[in-house]
Amino acid sequence: MNLSCRHHRNICMAIASVATMPVMAAGEFWTFTPPASQMALNIEGLHSYLMVVILAIFVLVFGFMFYAILRHRKSLGHVAKPFHENVTIEILWTLIPAIILLAMAWPAASVVLAQRDTRGAAMTIKATGFQWFWSYDYLDYGFGFKSKLATPRAQIDNHHGEGQAKGEHYLLEVDHEVVVPVGQKIRILTTANDVIHSWGVPAFGVKQDAIPGFIRDTWFTADKLGTFRGQCVELCGKDHAFMPIVVKVVSQTDFKQWVAEQQARAKAMQDDPNKTWTQPELLARGKQVYEANCAACHKADGTGGGPFPSMVGSKLVTGDKAGHVQMVLNGKNAMPAWASLSDVEIAAVISYERNSWGNQSGFVLPAEVRAARGASQ
Amino acid sequence: MSTVIKAADTVDTHGGHHAEHHAGWARWLYATNHKDIGTLYLWFAFAMFITGGVMALGIRAELFQPGLQFWQPEFFNQLTTLHGIIMVFGAIMPAFTGLANWMLPLMLGAPDMAFARMNNWSFWLLPPAAALLLISLFVPGGAAAGGWTLYPPLSAQAGMGMDLAIFSIHLLGLSSIMGSINIITTILNMRAPGMTLLKMPLFAWTSLVTAYLLIAVAPVLAGAVTMLLTDRHFGTHFFNAAGGGDPVLFQHIFWFFGHPEVYIMALPAFGIVSQIIPTFARKPLFGYVSMVYATCSIAILSFMVWGHHMFSVGMPATAQLFFMFLTMLIAVPTGVKVFNWIATMWQGSLTFETPMLFAIGFVCLFTVGGFSGLVLSIAPVDTQMHDTYYVVAHFHYVLVAGALFSLFAAVYYWLPKWTGFMYHEGRGKLHFWWSMVWFNVTFFPMHFLGLAGMPRRIPDYALQFTDFNTVASVGAFCFGLGQLLFFYNVIHTIRGGVGPAPASPWEGGNTLEWEVASPAPHHTWESPPDIETVRRGLIAQAVEEKA
Repeated sequence: MNLSCRHHRNICMAIASVATMPVMAAGEFWTFTPPASQMALNIEGLHSYLMVVILAIFVLVFGFMFYAILRHRKSLGHVAKPFHENVTIEILWTLIPAIILLAMAWPAASVVLAQRDTRGAAMTIKATGFQWFWSYDYLDYGFGFKSKLATPRAQIDNHHGEGQAKGEHYLLEVDHEVVVPVGQKIRILTTANDVIHSWGVPAFGVKQDAIPGFIRDTWFTADKLGTFRGQCVELCGKDHAFMPIVVKVVSQTDFKQWVAEQQARAKAMQDDPNKTWTQPELLARGKQVYEANCAACHKADGTGGGPFPSMVGSKLVTGDKAGHVQMVLNGKNAMPAWASLSDVEIAAVISYERNSWGNQSGFVLPAEVRAARGASQ
Repeated sequence: MSTVIKAADTVDTHGGHHAEHHAGWARWLYATNHKDIGTLYLWFAFAMFITGGVMALGIRAELFQPGLQFWQPEFFNQLTTLHGIIMVFGAIMPAFTGLANWMLPLMLGAPDMAFARMNNWSFWLLPPAAALLLISLFVPGGAAAGGWTLYPPLSAQAGMGMDLAIFSIHLLGLSSIMGSINIITTILNMRAPGMTLLKMPLFAWTSLVTAYLLIAVAPVLAGAVTMLLTDRHFGTHFFNAAGGGDPVLFQHIFWFFGHPEVYIMALPAFGIVSQIIPTFARKPLFGYVSMVYATCSIAILSFMVWGHHMFSVGMPATAQLFFMFLTMLIAVPTGVKVFNWIATMWQGSLTFETPMLFAIGFVCLFTVGGFSGLVLSIAPVDTQMHDTYYVVAHFHYVLVAGALFSLFAAVYYWLPKWTGFMYHEGRGKLHFWWSMVWFNVTFFPMHFLGLAGMPRRIPDYALQFTDFNTVASVGAFCFGLGQLLFFYNVIHTIRGGVGPAPASPWEGGNTLEWEVASPAPHHTWESPPDIETVRRGLIAQAVEEKA
């Protein structure tokens, strides 16, 4: 009931919008997200300007056509006048559109230049795309975190009847939001760990592909407090739809406080390199690492699927330890390199894989990973 | 002995000198007659259109509601990928080649295509190519799932379905190149005496330019997918940063093929519409020469704008500006075309049979697609729209309401010539209005979804996108259903339709194909039409000798 009402309203608004595009109300679902940066505002302005010009041309050109369709028909006894070719008209309808295009290109060019100008940023955040989550590094503050979809799978999966009721921010919520200060130019570096992803937040008018092996940059300055949402927009495999981007814009003071919390948290999270790990500790830590990084492809039960091999009793996992370590460190084909994980994390996850799901093929210690790293360098 | 002579006599009643005239399946397998091969192409294209269409319905079914209902995301990605590849390479392109095969010899006064046996081969490469794509659904890991654009490294990750897709693209490319060589040679060498290049029907012009485009870019695509293949299996690193390559290199090569490809699917449509509108306006085409120039300038510009597909990869500002300006420039020759069609209708004596309706539908909706293309050409605006449903809306306006509607127009226009019977006008019009309405219900809301930021190629979406997705899905199923009516109309016409068609069923039709009987005999124009007939056939092009 509620749905169909909204439905109806949207269609009416859509029709109304064609006539009133430049003055359309913000906040509806059929047009731009309300801008929260000058850049998004400029883009929306540019788009509205284009729409006015386009609608004017459309009405004029198709006015002629529909006049002909209505009046110059055989059924009304209209007799064809076989005129053709008129150099003046043909020159005019080549030149006038060219001039109109110039009038469109000029304001657009200045926005392009502003958009590509990443100089003078107050801080830099590196956004790394993974299959299928984002990871962020606050390069000026020395901490980082992963940001994953917070919507439970039970809400997504309707294969066996209606799933769990979907929340307000279904598919647009993460466990760990990016936090930035208001009114500051934020430079975003993008890269990726495996395939091409794309980082974007419509409210800020920003979108930049994240390309493995390369670093690209873009920027935004948020001028409103609040939470703004985007999604990965470059097809990146099966869970492409499930790696949103959420940016929380806070005041300068709140940002400072948040940074302090994050730095403390990062310190606490660090595994003590001198700690002696017992087997159960290593397995518990390994399970965490596995679920955070590996389960997306190889599944929680290690069975994999599609191009992702099963680890249950597999040759690699039950075989030589060194080969297993090399695979995790360096990757191969669809398997990305996980060298960015710490020695402890890699040792833990390998130990977990070698001692779960019926596998019993021994433990790997952090020191062995450190040694393997040294050897491969 | 006598039976042999009898068989030869039977052949002669068809007026042919070809000793081999096979019956049953052999007629099609060994086909060298341009009409038979044209028919094969058209039926193949229709079969692929239905296959790709069913996949589209699979996509729309999943997107009817938020949440995952029918498919796993992996399979959804296979559907979007195969839908794209099949519609582009299996449906639209072979359909245009089929039309060129059927109609060019008739329109140019030539007895057949230049290379009859190569013509056979270029068609018979298509079924194996289609088979590879369809088989790939059932191999371990499933079909290619990286989108029809096949961007690495995602496509480097995929299973053997990707290899099958690559081989399929090789075959399709070979077929296209051979088809193009045939079209170019036929047009340049086999026109009736008196028909100079600038007196050819416009459909011949657009076919000629399209064939040149294909010869230029089909090898580029073949190269790109071959590099992908060697990256996958033979240790090269063209697209792998870890080995010194660059994933974006693939995008540059792909779109250097991909943008001309867009015009490969649009230019023949322009040609068809430029034949149909003068016929039903009973008036010559307004500016024949400027239409030819516009066609050529679109073709040349199409090689210089590939970067607009990549505005979000992070090009330098100067490159963005270069591609933005050149892309906008395409609006000029395209505008010239639209103005010409309208000027042709202006002060005409218009009737609205089904081909004309589809042609007018084409002009209206292709222009909408052109406008959204203009919006997308503005690089900063593209920042918001890139890889969203706005792009999906845009290219379906130019490819469905553009290429596909022009194909429908062509089929209704020439069906009497092919079958010798008239189709049922009422049901033809119903097919048009049904397609027109549901096409817009399906694809217009996608503009709104894109503006609001819904990414393309996702199997599940946030709740604010629900309403328009529901509308689009309903529209898609109705649109799809309507194409059964098209199938029915064609079959009904083949079986006699509403009665026999005269040689020239359209009052205003005066290109050369209307000079031969309906249905067109197996062999036509064995001796070229005389100068007077050719001249009569030029009236629609408005290039009759000035007195």
